[in-house]
Amino acid sequence: MTIDTLSLGMRPAPSRKAARLWQGSAVPVLTVILVIVALWYAAAVAMNWQGVSDAFARAGEQRSTSEIFLATLEQERPMLPAPHQILVELKKTVIDTPITSRRSLLFHAWVTLSSTLLGFALGSLLGIVLAVLIVHVKTLERSLMPWIISSQTIPILAIAPIIIVVLGSIGITGLFPKAIISAYLCFFPITISMVKGLTSPDLLQRDLMRTYSASSAQVFWKLRLPASLSYLFAGLKVAIAISLVGAIVGELPTGAQAGLGARLLAGSYYGQTIQIWAALFAAAALASILVAAVGLAERLVNRRMGVRSA
Amino acid sequence: MLKRVTSEFGEKGDGPAHAASDHRLVAGHAGTSVVDIRGLSLTYEAADGPVYALSDVDLQIDEGEFVSFIGPSGCGKTTLLRVIADLEQPNAGHIHVNGVSPSEARLRRDYGFVFQTPALYPWRSIRKNVELPLEIFGLSKAERRERSDKQLDLVNLKGFENKFPWQLSGGMQQRASIARALSFDPKLLLMDEPFGALDEIVRDHLNEQLLQLWRKTGKTVLFVTHSIPEAVFLSTKIVVMSPRPGRIIDIIDAGVLGRERRLEVRETPEFLKIAHRVREGLRSGHSYDD
Repeated sequence: MTIDTLSLGMRPAPSRKAARLWQGSAVPVLTVILVIVALWYAAAVAMNWQGVSDAFARAGEQRSTSEIFLATLEQERPMLPAPHQILVELKKTVIDTPITSRRSLLFHAWVTLSSTLLGFALGSLLGIVLAVLIVHVKTLERSLMPWIISSQTIPILAIAPIIIVVLGSIGITGLFPKAIISAYLCFFPITISMVKGLTSPDLLQRDLMRTYSASSAQVFWKLRLPASLSYLFAGLKVAIAISLVGAIVGELPTGAQAGLGARLLAGSYYGQTIQIWAALFAAAALASILVAAVGLAERLVNRRMGVRSA
Repeated sequence: MLKRVTSEFGEKGDGPAHAASDHRLVAGHAGTSVVDIRGLSLTYEAADGPVYALSDVDLQIDEGEFVSFIGPSGCGKTTLLRVIADLEQPNAGHIHVNGVSPSEARLRRDYGFVFQTPALYPWRSIRKNVELPLEIFGLSKAERRERSDKQLDLVNLKGFENKFPWQLSGGMQQRASIARALSFDPKLLLMDEPFGALDEIVRDHLNEQLLQLWRKTGKTVLFVTHSIPEAVFLSTKIVVMSPRPGRIIDIIDAGVLGRERRLEVRETPEFLKIAHRVREGLRSGHSYDD
């Protein structure tokens, strides 16, 4: 047996898989990450330079360029924190702090997550119901659609305080008003995609139902709804991310005792840029997890519905 | 068993019409017209004036016949089939399907329709697709299962029950759609260029299978096509149509070829003679146009 046959024919499966991964997406993904991190450090040094050298000047200290360079990456309240500073903050607030503490980022993430999920559930329900109505009642399409679209042209920052104040005045506070803001934002993509999905069956698929003299309820359950699911999931993925944004925005005007929005607000009050960035990272991670969860649900549904895997 | 099911479907208030779907009346020699059309016209209003899709059409189709409609595009053959299926509404004339209006016939589920494309629902397995009309008609699960088994066997799709449509070839998909149309045992099978998108080899094969199916089930089949060999090979009666206005220009009896046909029948002088007459009819229809 020669070396050749060894390396070609008898290569064990795991290393082949690793090799494929290496040739596939691993290299480009790692490259992009490295480029971003490098650019970030460069930007951190550039943006913090002035502040650091001013601080040294005020203290009357004479420092070398390399000392200033290192100091730009270790400031307590930098203009732009360096990535490792954010990682340290994340470790401190996520791993080293018990989850019940108000200093734990996970505690705040949970507060935001709960109103995100409630808002997402309400928004999905509203979005789907609106879509079903619009598809089945012709006049509603003309009478509701303009309102639905104009609802999204109002800046959420303008309407969020109104919702909080109005609901607060009738004694509803805490989770629910934030969830309403989430729902207000996230129903829209769901309605739009669901209307598209419910009207997606082609003429022959609809004619087929007509030849069976199927009732509109049967057409809905056996044709329109299953045909709409792939559209619905596209809408849900957008909606869950927006829903998180809505929950965070909803935490800003309350004066915000808890939640990622509160962390952002508190961070900006006290110039705690590292805390702001850590909260942003937590929000981004949360969004990724939520979108991935919707993606997982989509894959499970697709498998049941025999969708050809891409 | 079939009797019982028939009566189940007959709930919508019909008597004698459904007795004929009993399988003992195979290969209909009965004289009653399954489709009776007199002076039928259908006009669309298009942007640049009216389109005469069908003009003064007269046609009688007997039970158990295999009738092909042939003609160039725009001759109204598909429209005529859709009028019979109550998918289009005529402007004038009389039409009866199994002795009642097309909408009544549709409501009591007298016909199965096979479209140009299989129109299978992609999220349903082949079995679930075949069972779709049965679900809508409210049959029990066991009964649905029994019928889908039988129909899938009839179109040679045994073993593919749990596949999804995209896993099957175009010809197999169309066979599944035929099984779906037959699953509730309708008297009439309406087929709108069902094999138009398939290659010739598959089409020949399916034509032979369709003839077998027709002989076994004794259904009345109305079949739209634009292929002369296909029309002559399959039919007991060929309706030649012509466009602008859409009308019937010739009705040719092809019963002389018998009911037992193999592909070789296409070499016989009788076959060629009928094909020639169809071609002549189509040509005269076109000369009207020029």
